[in-house]
Amino acid sequence: MNQYWNKTYECMDRTALRELQGERLRATVKRVYENVPFYREKMQQKGIAPMDIRTIDDIVKLPFTVKDDLRDNYPYGLFASPMQDITRLQASSGTTGRLTVVGYTQRDIDTWAEVMARSMYCAGVDRSSIVQVSYGYGLFTGGLGAHYGAERVGATVVPTSSGNTERQVRLLRDFGATALCCTPSYALHIADTMEDMGVTLDQIKLKSGIFGAEPWTDAMRKEIEHKLGIECFDIYGLSEITGPGVAVECNNHNGLHVFEDHFFPEIIDPDTLEPVPDGQPGELVFTTITKEGMPLLRYRTRDLSMLDASPCPCGRTHRRMKKVLGRSDDMIVIRGVNVFPTQVETILIEMGEVEPHYLLVVDRENNADTLEVQVEMSQQLFSDEVRRIEETERRIRARILTMLGISAKVRLVEPHSLPRSEGKAKRVQDNRKNKM
Amino acid sequence: MFINQISVFMENKKGRLSSLTRILAENKIDLVALSIADTADYGIMRAIVNRTEEAERVLRQAGFMVSTTKVLGVVVPDSPGGLADVLDIFTQGDISVEYLYSFVRNQGRNALIMFKVSPCDKAVELLRSHGIELVTQQQVNSL
Repeated sequence: MNQYWNKTYECMDRTALRELQGERLRATVKRVYENVPFYREKMQQKGIAPMDIRTIDDIVKLPFTVKDDLRDNYPYGLFASPMQDITRLQASSGTTGRLTVVGYTQRDIDTWAEVMARSMYCAGVDRSSIVQVSYGYGLFTGGLGAHYGAERVGATVVPTSSGNTERQVRLLRDFGATALCCTPSYALHIADTMEDMGVTLDQIKLKSGIFGAEPWTDAMRKEIEHKLGIECFDIYGLSEITGPGVAVECNNHNGLHVFEDHFFPEIIDPDTLEPVPDGQPGELVFTTITKEGMPLLRYRTRDLSMLDASPCPCGRTHRRMKKVLGRSDDMIVIRGVNVFPTQVETILIEMGEVEPHYLLVVDRENNADTLEVQVEMSQQLFSDEVRRIEETERRIRARILTMLGISAKVRLVEPHSLPRSEGKAKRVQDNRKNKM
Repeated sequence: MFINQISVFMENKKGRLSSLTRILAENKIDLVALSIADTADYGIMRAIVNRTEEAERVLRQAGFMVSTTKVLGVVVPDSPGGLADVLDIFTQGDISVEYLYSFVRNQGRNALIMFKVSPCDKAVELLRSHGIELVTQQQVNSL
């Protein structure tokens, strides 16, 4: 099979790529300056005009955009195209109320299908493949994004959307999908349901999984690969930028190639907002350089990552972002220590005994933060002897203390008792907010 | 020789034990013996039932964490010192007792005690050499 969907752009010489990026950035800046009052005012405040942007290096002169800017301009305030040119609206649910709305022109939808088609090829999906899309369809970009990409490469699409997990398993078995697209936590849920239903690996034909929309650990990847007998490909995206397909792993699994001819990545220090060089960790920032409907300048993702410009054996020249291991806004501070739910997850899976269904309950008692880690009981972990269960709780607690430097209460709970949405898993319950 | 016991993990939450026993009842599964080990947060219900595999299946289907364990049903004379004699045999034979619970009394003559011991095979050998009777799964099922 052909290795690349679009070799011209994916393997473009980096000097030529930078020129192309500069040209596209200039056009984007001009577009938003002329059509989006928000950006015109921001640029005027900084004392810059479109003609100050000549090469891609000038990007650092531009103002940042944050999620609140999208909420403040709800619903259409940041659109750079008239509504008659907008052919699609997508939105992501904020936990804090207002939706974040994104408008796409027909060309934006085509670009999205293009980058998703590249992503499919990265994961070995082509016209001979059958792709089960178990991301939610609707305002959430996961379902439709994967759908259009799979369709673009000519694969057979099974648009199951998320939910009704037993049916997902039956369809995997009966329709013989060779690739699965969903969130990693839902992939594990499907794997567990398969086990419960007695469906074995020789009854399904899955070869690869394209998983994203939430942070996941290498330990979780191994668990999914083992349970479903597949190769996992991490895909990254956010609706503000386009949806899934902003970046994806190739079969070298050494970071996610950012499709830089459409989305220009930067890493900044989230405190000083200064750019940091490739290879240094920081907050991921994207500028869309081909979008029409709602181009964003230097959008702060809150995702923590780093960029790698070293050559990749796959031949793609686009820089790779390190797998996102946390979001600066998922981070919880407990007794002054920064904690990411994914760290706890790594501990649980690496212990090899626990299904990664867990919830961090943070509370405040007598003015001190408390952390309780609730973990669902699993078959490997269960014993009919209390002392063995207590021993397991002790081991988890000891690992958390070693790895995170905080003491936690560990409580084992019944299977399927923790909140679990069909999409993103709920990992933190912070009760302190009600007690401030 | 061994008796299959089901063990179920239960959080200390209202209604869990009643829903568990209801499921067994609906599937016409008889509870022959029952014991619960409890802690502050959870309990482990251990039970001998007349249809072990069926019980395991329906409980798992209902979302309970279930496992089966092999235990010994030991016939102990229902008189002072009866249990002490059995325990002495275990102590001398270096058998550790994980837990035990009493089962049924048989008209004042014998008591049945369920033992989880390790190592199990050696325990069986020792009890036999001392002429102590063990009940079988079939005997339990007909009780």
